[in-house]
Amino acid sequence: MRDVAIYGTGMLQVSEHWDLSIIDLAGRAALEALNDAGLERVDALLVTNMLAACHSTGQLNLGARVADWVGLHGVEAYKVEAACGSGGAGFRSAWLAVASGAIDLALVVGVEKMTETPGPEITAGLATAADADFEVPMGPSFVALNALIMRRYQHEYGWPHEAFAGFSINAHANGARNPLARLQDPITAEDYRKARMVSDPINLLDASPVGDGAAAIVLGPAERVFPGGRRPRVLVAGSAAATDSIAIHDRNAPLRLTAAEKSAAAAYAMAGAGPGDIDVFELHDAFSIMSALSLEACGFAEPGQGPRLGDDGSILPGGRIPVASFGGLKARGHPVGATGVYQLAEVTRQLWGEAGACQIDGARVGLAQNIGGSGATIVTHVLRQA
Amino acid sequence: MEVSRHWRLKQQRYALVGEVCPSCQHKIFPPRDICPDCGEEARTTYQFSGRGEVFSFTTVRNAPTGFEESAPYTVALIKLDEGPMLTAQLTDLGEKPVEIGMPVEMVTRRLRSDGDRGMLVYGYKFRPALKAA
Repeated sequence: MRDVAIYGTGMLQVSEHWDLSIIDLAGRAALEALNDAGLERVDALLVTNMLAACHSTGQLNLGARVADWVGLHGVEAYKVEAACGSGGAGFRSAWLAVASGAIDLALVVGVEKMTETPGPEITAGLATAADADFEVPMGPSFVALNALIMRRYQHEYGWPHEAFAGFSINAHANGARNPLARLQDPITAEDYRKARMVSDPINLLDASPVGDGAAAIVLGPAERVFPGGRRPRVLVAGSAAATDSIAIHDRNAPLRLTAAEKSAAAAYAMAGAGPGDIDVFELHDAFSIMSALSLEACGFAEPGQGPRLGDDGSILPGGRIPVASFGGLKARGHPVGATGVYQLAEVTRQLWGEAGACQIDGARVGLAQNIGGSGATIVTHVLRQA
Repeated sequence: MEVSRHWRLKQQRYALVGEVCPSCQHKIFPPRDICPDCGEEARTTYQFSGRGEVFSFTTVRNAPTGFEESAPYTVALIKLDEGPMLTAQLTDLGEKPVEIGMPVEMVTRRLRSDGDRGMLVYGYKFRPALKAA
């Protein structure tokens, strides 16, 4: 295996893009990343997406469609899907391809189009991340599945709901400095307390907003002097994926993200790094409970103690382990199949020193963790400035 | 919606038929071919009692397609007396507040319908356990 570097990134604002189709979104992010890398051609294109198959007007075979749109005629191209973990999974697939030497330059594009589909259809679409035989027919929304975890977690560890406010407040404060964020207004503890209940105990400010979005990354061999060489080189230092039972009820430890524990341990080992080395962490805060569980799984808190980091300032910019530095899923937005690519593009920009008003000073090692389903597929990456 | 997809799950949906592992005696629901506990092959059917307790619960207000007419409704994780956990709606709650640890028992109810002309899907829900006579 050879070292792999990130050559370029592209991100669109997560928003309601009425004027852009799913192909327009993917294509623009892809062209931005190619342009950023100073390249016109790559050898493989991986599109990551979750919901296109669920929409009545859906377009599948996204690889070929996007490749054609961006002028990559004839290139190898297809989709990688792992529910909300699609982006991380697609990036890892691109990394595997380049690291192996089988592919020289790879482009991964995460895209999701959510706002032109009626709410109940999107709710049903998101629920396809769960067990279609033994969870979905019982009527839980995807929010409800996370609510089942959060309520039991509060019950076992004694945390009041307010203990999770810090995750949401930090994400919104950071999102307010990110012009690409879906939500750019800071919130207060009072706002959190008073937010509308969605699926108890998860209220509107525990939950990430859906949106249309696309993000793209170009990967290539690290040894090459690449055209965008004005920046510090950012390497994929660790990459790993693991799974747990898709249904919460089938898990041995439903209050722990064991797939995150496994993939984080493997990614750390590959990178020769540990939690103490991480300067910025883009975690999968689809719901505030997931922030707590991810921090625990990645070694930043003991099981049951994740909320403490949201409460004591550890997760703030300048804190011990800054998270959601561009707003996270909570404020940047969660265009599900694209989210993992956003996370990795954001960590890259942090390590390049190109994070603008979201910059974490001195960030040299970053962690990105993308979760598919309520904890079933979890992909963890360590990126390092070289 | 495919009829066969629901038909082939009838033993589980209507009667909570799972499996018991011949190697380690672990009770398995939903059934699968490999015991999740010991990894041995498990194909011996096992009839669950339908009794258990609430492990966690929540209320669904924004329902997925097909469930809108039932909203709001309560979805729970049920820990069966025999060990495994499953996901199910709670029903017949009346004024009784749901609590973690509450004893519940299985009943058969309509899970969803696909409009006026579509299929009705039946299966298990759980209600607060009735006191033994």
